[in-house]
Amino acid sequence: MTLRRLKAIALKTGFWLLVAVLVLYAIFPFYYAIVTSLKPSSQLFEVSYWVDSLDFSNYVTVLSQPTFLAAIRNSVVVALSVVLIALLLGLTAAWALGRVRFRGRTTVMMIVLGVSMFPQVAVLSGLFEVIRTLDLYNSPGGLILSYTIFTLPFTVWILTTFMRQLPDELEEAAIVDGASPWVTLTKVFMPLLWPAMATTGLLAFIAAWNEFLFALTFTLTDSQRTVPVAIALISGGSQYELPWGPIMAASVIVTVPLVVLVVIFQRRIVSGLTAGAVKG
Amino acid sequence: MAGLTLERVNKRFGSTQVIDDVSMQIDNGEFIVFVGPSGCGKSTLLRLIAGLESITHGDLMIDDQRVNNLTPPERGIGMVFQSYALYPHMSVYDNIAFGLKLAKQDKQTVDERVRQTARILQLDELLERLPKALSGGQRQRVAIGRAMAREPKILLFDEPLSNLDAALRVQTRNEIARLHERLGSTMIYVTHDQVEAMTLADRIVVLNAGHVEQIGTPRELYERPASRFVAGFIGSPKMNFIQVTAEADAEQGCRVEIPAVGQRTLPLALSAGGPSETTLGVRPEHLIPTASESGEGLEIVNVEYLGSEAYLYMERDDGELLVCRTQAPSPFRRGQRVTLDFDPTHAHLFDRDGRAVPPRARREARPEPQGADS
Amino acid sequence: MANRQPTMAQTPAAPTPGGTLETTQPVRPRRERGTRVRRRRVRAAWLFLTPMLVGLALVAGWPLARTFWFSVTDASLSSLEGANFIGLENYLVYDNGWYGILADPLWWQSVWNTLYFALVSVSLEAVLGVIVALVLNAHFRGRTLVRAAMLIPWAIPTVVSAKIWAWMLNDQFGIINHLLMTLGLIDAPLSWTADASLSMWAVIMVDVWKATPFVALLVLAALQMLPSDCYEAAKVDGIHPVRVFFRVTLPLITPALLVAVIFRALDALRVFDVIYVLTSNAASTMTMSIYARQQLVEFQDVGYGSAASTLLFMIIALVTVVYLYLGRRQLGGGS
Repeated sequence: MTLRRLKAIALKTGFWLLVAVLVLYAIFPFYYAIVTSLKPSSQLFEVSYWVDSLDFSNYVTVLSQPTFLAAIRNSVVVALSVVLIALLLGLTAAWALGRVRFRGRTTVMMIVLGVSMFPQVAVLSGLFEVIRTLDLYNSPGGLILSYTIFTLPFTVWILTTFMRQLPDELEEAAIVDGASPWVTLTKVFMPLLWPAMATTGLLAFIAAWNEFLFALTFTLTDSQRTVPVAIALISGGSQYELPWGPIMAASVIVTVPLVVLVVIFQRRIVSGLTAGAVKG
Repeated sequence: MAGLTLERVNKRFGSTQVIDDVSMQIDNGEFIVFVGPSGCGKSTLLRLIAGLESITHGDLMIDDQRVNNLTPPERGIGMVFQSYALYPHMSVYDNIAFGLKLAKQDKQTVDERVRQTARILQLDELLERLPKALSGGQRQRVAIGRAMAREPKILLFDEPLSNLDAALRVQTRNEIARLHERLGSTMIYVTHDQVEAMTLADRIVVLNAGHVEQIGTPRELYERPASRFVAGFIGSPKMNFIQVTAEADAEQGCRVEIPAVGQRTLPLALSAGGPSETTLGVRPEHLIPTASESGEGLEIVNVEYLGSEAYLYMERDDGELLVCRTQAPSPFRRGQRVTLDFDPTHAHLFDRDGRAVPPRARREARPEPQGADS
Repeated sequence: MANRQPTMAQTPAAPTPGGTLETTQPVRPRRERGTRVRRRRVRAAWLFLTPMLVGLALVAGWPLARTFWFSVTDASLSSLEGANFIGLENYLVYDNGWYGILADPLWWQSVWNTLYFALVSVSLEAVLGVIVALVLNAHFRGRTLVRAAMLIPWAIPTVVSAKIWAWMLNDQFGIINHLLMTLGLIDAPLSWTADASLSMWAVIMVDVWKATPFVALLVLAALQMLPSDCYEAAKVDGIHPVRVFFRVTLPLITPALLVAVIFRALDALRVFDVIYVLTSNAASTMTMSIYARQQLVEFQDVGYGSAASTLLFMIIALVTVVYLYLGRRQLGGGS
């Protein structure tokens, strides 16, 4: 009896230890970035595990750089535009793919799935040409355009999954009421798909906010950079003189909004990720 | 003048024939019920009429106009769905008004119609509520209200009561009957429940495997089923079927040899010829049990007491059960043996193909219902 | 309609098809190609798909075709228009020795690096992901918070996480070296990102940290859909939990795990940003994406870089096709 109890206690302790290790592993790097960002540059190279000073000079440094502020602005503009376009095109496409049976539907689904598996590098030179032809090089417009390559497929995919879950009779009721497909989509389905659209939009926002390769390649001047590129390109004189304090401060600034969003909407995000993947 | 005509309507999904050459004519203001077991095509037929499915070939006419190619609103139909399919994000008012607004009615007309509809269905107090704040019965009424708001020529119901509990079902059934009385519009109603069919219908269409078995008033269907299928489907408990040998008798009709009963003569016009294998059908209330003294006859294996009546179940030698409806309380007990007899005027005979043998020499007096596939 | 008398109201008998035909003109069977509603819906479907299809053609289809074309030309970044067709010279050519990508040892190393990175990181993510999912599937106080914490690495931009880890792995001031030295596991600081023998592991470490939550979430979703009755049955039968895991749980979550793994594998095969930020263009961690972009952008050799991109595309397409084929055979019956 006591042995059994001992075993139970050991199991329980082990479990909580495992939870603790996993949580520590997950959040420590970000926590450490915060710790570093709050240090004055004089203490930067003394390793410490706790926040022992509240020095905001790194934040001041970063936020007083016009290029960083421009990068934030660019990122916001690009990410929001991408979300808007992806949702608009994704919603109409999802209605077609999720609710209408027509010849060629499977082919379209396969194309969408195929594009989502494209390595971005594979279209880099061709896309570069397109962007230059459209005179969008080194502007947010070029990034908005190019980001549809990865946001649109998964937006379509996830929204199609959600669209399929809506009951058939609801659409038939709308047909009997005399609603055209456009009216059905905007007046009946869209209000019901708000949660799905929020989820998808959030995922698209995160993807666009985090994108690096296109942003690095299709912009040239500091004023047109997005946040990830700006952070990657913050440099000092050499590898050893990287301004780690400001880099960590910038990292925290661009990450905190995402972390907050993710923590608030974690349930939605999980449902979106699984909806997109389960059908794959 | 005719409300609705189906002429040799067919529906195929791929290679499956779901609706097979269905023809019928429905008069203006009639209450028609499609009934049949699941998978018989009754819902598909309703959806063909609604315009939600395409007719593979054949003609559908509403008021003498071919409507195969018209959309549901152009056909002038309203439909009540099994799951109600109310728009969850719209208030009761908006649910009812949606179709009117789409029909480009002016605001005042919309408002008048919605309020009038709500009054008829006693939804006045609920207009601002969302569907999720309504009870099942209220949702049902909103669904009906939405269907009738545009004043359609024909109202379609697709198993509208199957989501309600038993008590509410009876109440709503009554309300639908009264609504039909009040509106006077043509109604087509699909159900698998023969009680709903019997209680609501002016005429019932019995469907089986995509074709019409019989069309007729509830009474005709009950008293003169055109086929063994209809005989077995309408009526509860089911009609008793017994394999018998029958032979035409020019004088009296036909003679049947019934196991455990003996020879009887029925007033039916069996076509002449040698003895043939047929099925005798007798409704439970027409079986007359007599207590057997000698230990002959069949054993009563179960007695069901229902208050106003009682059912006796007798097991035959081949294991089939016969059921007999008697007054309650029944004088019979389980384990007792009884001999059975029946009133020949209430007996039905079905030939090898399941078709009813017509009554003898009464044709000019009353046209008898026939099977659709004769 | 007058000739259709008697009407139904007067005659209770149903007009049988035969009977109807006798009283009316023969009905010509007409074929319909779907209701108007349906035709309108199909038309609307294509209309609604058009913007997306145009968008995808513009950003994916056309650029991909151009990349294929560039790969057989001598295009350079400054003169895309003046490109000449040179056949497969970018891929392989003999000119007093073999030249071209397929003869470039660096490219072969990048292929090897990519495969190594994909295999190791995805395997680790799968194992860790299942463990995390099992933990999150248990009922304990604070589960929601723990799940939120697990999501944080996934939400952090790759570039940022690479920077944070670069800082933590810093050879002189990094906390990881500090920690390992405090614990006495190493004597001298390790140069994680610069040392060729360590840098791949540094990269894998960051990727595993960042991508495990994704795998865990998909597996967790599958776990939560498992029927509880077979667990109760196993419990009643007194089967050891470890056995239950391998015999019951693992087979049931395998489809979800496979989906997560393929998503991750496709991501890992095209990995770019984490490596670019952590180790730049170092040969020891060079992947196919890094190689291609270096040729394209830094060396401005669009033809050669496009050839490298094309090869990467082919490899990923091959993996995808094989997966879809296997996946359809595996999961086709289930869904």
